Amino acid sequence: MAKLTMVKALNLALHQEMERDPDVLVIGEDVGVDGGVFRVTEDLHRVFGGTRVIDSPLAEAGIIGASVGMAIYGLKPVCEIQFSGFAFQCFHQIENHTARYRQRTQGRFHCQMVMRMPYGGGVRALEHHSESEEQFYAHIPGLKMVIPSGPRTARALLVAAIRDPDPVVFFEAKALYHAAKEEVPDEPELLAIGRARVDREGRDLTLVGYGAMLRVCREAAEVLHDEDGVEAEVIDLLSISPLDRDTLTASVSKTGRAVIVHEAPRSFGPGGEIAASIMEGAFLSLEAPVRRVAAYDVPFPGFAREKASVPDVPRVVAAARETLAF
Amino acid sequence: MPRIPLEPQFTVEHMSILDSDGNLDTALEPELSPQDLKRLYRAMLLGRRLDERMLKLQRQGRIGTFAPIKGQEASQIGSVSTLRPTDWMVPSFRETAALLWRGWPIEKILLFFGGYLEGGRPANDQRDLPTAIPVATQLPHAVGLAYAAQYRGDDAVVMAYCGDGATSEGDFHEALNFAGVWHVPVIFVVQNNQWAISVPLKKQTHSRTIAQKALAYGFPGIQVDGNDVLAVQVATREAVERARAGSGPTLVECVTYRLGVHTTADDPTKYRSAEEVTAWERKDPLTRFVAYLEKKNLLEPGLDQAIDEEIARGVTAFEATAAADPLGMFDHAYAELSPELAAERAELEARLAAPTRNEGPGEPPLPPPMRGQRVSSRWQN
Repeated sequence: MAKLTMVKALNLALHQEMERDPDVLVIGEDVGVDGGVFRVTEDLHRVFGGTRVIDSPLAEAGIIGASVGMAIYGLKPVCEIQFSGFAFQCFHQIENHTARYRQRTQGRFHCQMVMRMPYGGGVRALEHHSESEEQFYAHIPGLKMVIPSGPRTARALLVAAIRDPDPVVFFEAKALYHAAKEEVPDEPELLAIGRARVDREGRDLTLVGYGAMLRVCREAAEVLHDEDGVEAEVIDLLSISPLDRDTLTASVSKTGRAVIVHEAPRSFGPGGEIAASIMEGAFLSLEAPVRRVAAYDVPFPGFAREKASVPDVPRVVAAARETLAF
Repeated sequence: MPRIPLEPQFTVEHMSILDSDGNLDTALEPELSPQDLKRLYRAMLLGRRLDERMLKLQRQGRIGTFAPIKGQEASQIGSVSTLRPTDWMVPSFRETAALLWRGWPIEKILLFFGGYLEGGRPANDQRDLPTAIPVATQLPHAVGLAYAAQYRGDDAVVMAYCGDGATSEGDFHEALNFAGVWHVPVIFVVQNNQWAISVPLKKQTHSRTIAQKALAYGFPGIQVDGNDVLAVQVATREAVERARAGSGPTLVECVTYRLGVHTTADDPTKYRSAEEVTAWERKDPLTRFVAYLEKKNLLEPGLDQAIDEEIARGVTAFEATAAADPLGMFDHAYAELSPELAAERAELEARLAAPTRNEGPGEPPLPPPMRGQRVSSRWQN
């Protein structure tokens, strides 16, 4: 057990999985000698060599496309797209091929591969370096889409993603990379993909968040507890797709109220699917309309303005109070 | 500082061995056994005859839209015939003859173009990727396969197909660049058939050849007469041997011509002249190979009939295929169904089991539109 940042926890997962399975390799821009622009792949090149830790040419479609071929051959590539904002240059490879190879070949070939991408704001980064675009991947049949909320879930989900026989898009909140340390067990630990976890139990209201927004939900729950005497339940979604509808339904069946928080723009974002799922599963328990607290439906506004768009604790608390007062 | 001319050793060759007038370059002529020559011809003829049969099947509504290969048989058979079964073949969507050579049953090819997912499954021992429809996107896969073969220490090589239109796509250039940098055993066979649907080569690229594009990525490219099966085979054999020996990738540009439509939804009279087509018909890859074999007395009597019978058996098997089980759509979406997907599957299962009302003959199903499909009024409805 060691206290690790999320960067170190992800690095631990990669180290251990590469030691465990010679078919696991890492490919991306600057992931080798440099150890990745966020240092997630640090030291892997030294330990495992340039054939397994590939500094690829600067071309996202090439990275994902070549990884598809490697995966078909039986290797298990872990690809790094340097920022999720650049993934549109490989989106066609992800949608047209990684997600479909199993079905297209009726199970003869499949793409066991992980596509890691840093996402989200809060790090004073330029356009294309701060977006949240998980909804695009969550909408693609054949893919899985996960977002850890801290060091321990990051490590456990990455191990699960590497071992998952289907392609997994793995978002890492940049705001969390160095934000906090957590105890991470030495021995590999897996989280089941498709399962949310109840991060804090409560009876009055359900707050649903993931990635960097989990912290916002936790803090909002504290404020509601301290100032309103309200016990909010906080759900850490972890998997956007498949969505853990049972955990959502069970929570809202108990609380009757839900506020969903995400950094992605509100319209057609994961909040819509989560709200529909709550409505379908817990309609008769609902005491108030499900609320969404999300980024506004504008292109990423630049970091000088992002605080006004990305959900923060006061916005979540205000939405929770309105929901409670409905 | 002066300007210093760099002196890169860049040359691009064009190779032709057997031309449309029957001229033969005996110095370059490969030494092929009578059996090999017969096998090449049979494969080309099978490709041609199946193509003709598929056009009829499509017009009759028995299969959907497909991309005919007429005119490109030599490019496909000349190249694919240099592979071992343990090598990998990565097709685009116009490689029917190459697929047949690699052992894809006629029935399965028809299933694919009949809209069945089952038509996309390579046999368990087959090292072929399935037909890839989005243009050029299969090329990076070939590079990844070649990297993996090298990683595992296998001596397999990878042959990837694309057309002239594909050379404008980013994936083409990314694939070539990765292949060059990684120095992997891959052969890019570009079937330059002069037309990407309605866009001629001169609007696709300003390069003198497609072969020369390889040079920019640090490996050789060669242009061959793509209607000359001997030249195609000699050039690709060289490329395959280079790849297997660890000397890296090669691009082989086969200059050929799509004698027919782009897909069955296309009308080429809108964009190219009858004179142009006639001129290329004189360069038909089968005609010159027949004349070559005739001189060698290697034409087998009854071959046409035998091939037609083989095709007929394939069509019969295809038509005997049971209707696709709708539930099959869930079988390979994921390794395991999520609870949500399991619920969707159960819903469909219940719906299929329930007695249907107003059952009666409806309109026959429409084939799916492909690139270049002209929208009909039925689609608009």
